[in-house]
This record gives sequence, structure tokens and C-alpha cells, in this order.
Amino acid sequence: MKAPLPSDLRPELLDLPKVAPPPAVDSIFDLVGNTPLVRLSRLDAEFDGVEIYAKCEFANPGGSVKDRAALRIVRDAMARGDLGKGRRLLDSTSGNTGIAYAFVGAALGIPVTLVMPENVSEPRKLVTAEYGVEVVFSDPMEGSDGAIRLARDLAARYPDRYYYPNQYANRSNWRAHYDGTGVEIWQQTEGRVTHFVTGLGTTGTMMGTSRRLKAYDPRIHCTAVQPEDAFHGLEGLKHLPSSIVPPIYDPSVPDETIWMPTEEGWDTAERLARDEALFVGHSSGANVAGALRIARRLADEGRPGVVVTILCDRGDRYFESLAWDRHHPLTAR
Amino acid sequence: MATVRIPTPLRKFTGGQETVTVSAGTVRELVDALESAHPGIKERIVDESGAIRRFVNVFVGDEDIRFLDGIDTSVGENDEVSIVPAIAGGLGSP
Repeated sequence: MKAPLPSDLRPELLDLPKVAPPPAVDSIFDLVGNTPLVRLSRLDAEFDGVEIYAKCEFANPGGSVKDRAALRIVRDAMARGDLGKGRRLLDSTSGNTGIAYAFVGAALGIPVTLVMPENVSEPRKLVTAEYGVEVVFSDPMEGSDGAIRLARDLAARYPDRYYYPNQYANRSNWRAHYDGTGVEIWQQTEGRVTHFVTGLGTTGTMMGTSRRLKAYDPRIHCTAVQPEDAFHGLEGLKHLPSSIVPPIYDPSVPDETIWMPTEEGWDTAERLARDEALFVGHSSGANVAGALRIARRLADEGRPGVVVTILCDRGDRYFESLAWDRHHPLTAR
Repeated sequence: MATVRIPTPLRKFTGGQETVTVSAGTVRELVDALESAHPGIKERIVDESGAIRRFVNVFVGDEDIRFLDGIDTSVGENDEVSIVPAIAGGLGSP
């Protein structure tokens, strides 16, 4: 005979959450996407009638928003026959995309080769190595450009061995957000979303999510966030006027661009940790800073709104050893 | 004259030069000397209060000036000074 539950554990007394827990899945890649949406209720409290929500992309199994694009890129490449039969996925990043490819490669049984400068931090090397990735080191004196050149050279010389997906020009990148992020935001806000804000890197998140949201309701206002200057500290974001513009970028998609100072993005990231208990990276800080600017404008105009933005990854991804940088400063890029 | 290594995004101020030489006794003087020779570059490196921006790393030789005397770190005649944005490797720009 079961002992009766203590009165404070009786089911009828538990404050059960409104949302059902997600069902069990058969594979880790089924956990990519469908990320939680959280209201930034302490940050939006100062804006009458405006709600700010953030999509928790750090909840993806590889730890960042890049899981979505990486999974879609690999799946589409497999469907076309560009990957499979032992052909290796090759790219030249040690950042979130590299980790996402490493994760997806392990999940789908696709071998992955990443080229990175020999001087990238130990944590970056270790994360990708744990997933079983082959790492090719490029000349540390040539920085990330050297890694890109070596990856392109390898892909050109050994086309049968390597598939080089080029996320900047790959439609699967923004399609992941068109079929995922945008649909989820619409559903999670029950169609109430009025504004979407996100930073530009490959521009995949902006392109795919905005196109989907505008397909639901063309009045949804989409704002791109770019670093204010070419010389900035918002890792993952691109200052397009001084960069090679990603071929997937269509400048007619965003309704406006906010030029974000690095300090405003960093300060907002710190505020997120302290006020909302969300310890996220600097690109997330820039995204929320952009959302706060939109919210302030709405409140000043006396208009209500539901503003949605993206939390790309966690802040602890950016704890790095400074040792190599201190000794070889200019090549640590 | 100290040699200053200029990061790619700031070379628009130096006419594309990767290194420039300036005469300065401290990092603070070096930033002012850079501004005189290459107007507009200073506000990228220091904020309104005159402090080095938080996302900017300045190295005198191999040493980060945060571990020395900050903006008052002395700069020798033959020192190489590097100005580097604090972004980790692997941005993967196309």
C-alpha cells in the first residue's frame, strides 16, 4: 500500500505549468529548433503597452542558433547527393557555425573537417574535437582569412573528398529560419507579433524569419541590427558596408537598420544577465538592445507592440584564454 | 618612432597602411598623434571620456596594456604597438 503523499506534494495542490512538456524524440537532431520564447518582463516594464520576447536559441543542442542552418544545410546537401558516401563537410570556422557543423555531423554520421588558425583558443579546439571532427590547422600568422583560403583551396583541389557549403550563399541557411524560426515565433505569440529584430551575420536569420513573418502579415515590421562601425566588438555580427555582402542577403527584406554601438550591445548583455538572469553572448545583447530601441519608440508614440528578438548563444561560450593573443596579438583574429 | 600596427577596419584612416610610425611617450600620446596624422581614428579607439574602448585591445610589444599602466603605459622608441578589436578568431567572413 502506498504511503499517502505529504500534503504539500498532493497533485491537486501543485501549480502545474500551462505548457505540456515536449514529447520524447528519437534523435538529438529532433531537438534542433522549437526553442522556448521568454518574455523580458523586467526590461519591457518601462514601456507601456509594449511586450518584448526573446527566442532562446542557446537551447539548441549545439548551443546556438547556428544549429538550425547547419542541420538544414547538411540535410539538403544529403538530399541532393552532395554529401554522403564518405564525402566530408568542409568549412573554415571555429565559431558557432563550426560547433554546429560538428554537432550535426556527429548526429547524422557525416564526417566533418574544419579548418581553423592554429592559434584559436583551446576551448574551441576541444569542443569540435569532442564531436569527432577532423581539424586542419592553418597558418596562425594569417588569421581567419588564412583558414578560409586553405578551406577553399582544399575544396577546389579535392572536390570528390570535400563538400564546401558556404553558408553565406546557401539557400538552406535562410530556409531553416523560414520553415522554423518564423513559424515558431508566429505560433508562440499566437499571431500577436508586430515587430521582429535581429542582427546580421550571414543574414540567414533575418532573411528567413522576416520572409515568413511577412507572409503571415506584411505589416510585421522587421529591423536589422548591424555594428555601427567596421571596427567593432560584436562577435558574429557583420558591418555590411565594409564587408563582402552575403549573396543570400536581400536588402529589401528588412524595413529598417539599427546601427548598434558595441558598448550598447555589451551593456545590454550585462543587463540581461543581471535583470533577466539570461547570460548570453554579445550578439544577443545587440539584438535585445535593438528591441529596446524599437520598444522605446513605440512607447513614445503611445503605440502597443509585441517585439520579438533572438538570443543567439550563451555568454560562457566567450570565455577564452588570452595567452596566445597576448603574445601574437595581430594574428589572433 | 614607435610602430603602430593598424587592424584592417581602421586602415581606411591610414590610407590602407598596415603600419604607421608615430612619436609618442605613452599610449595616450600615441592615440593623439594618430589622430593628428589620421583624423577620425581616435574616436574609434577611445570613448567620450578618453578611455580605451572596452572592446579594443592595445598591446605594447607582447603585453596587453590592461596588464601594464593602461592608457598611461609608456611607449619606447622601438616599440611595436598593436590595436586589436576583442573578437575571437573564426568569424568566417566570406
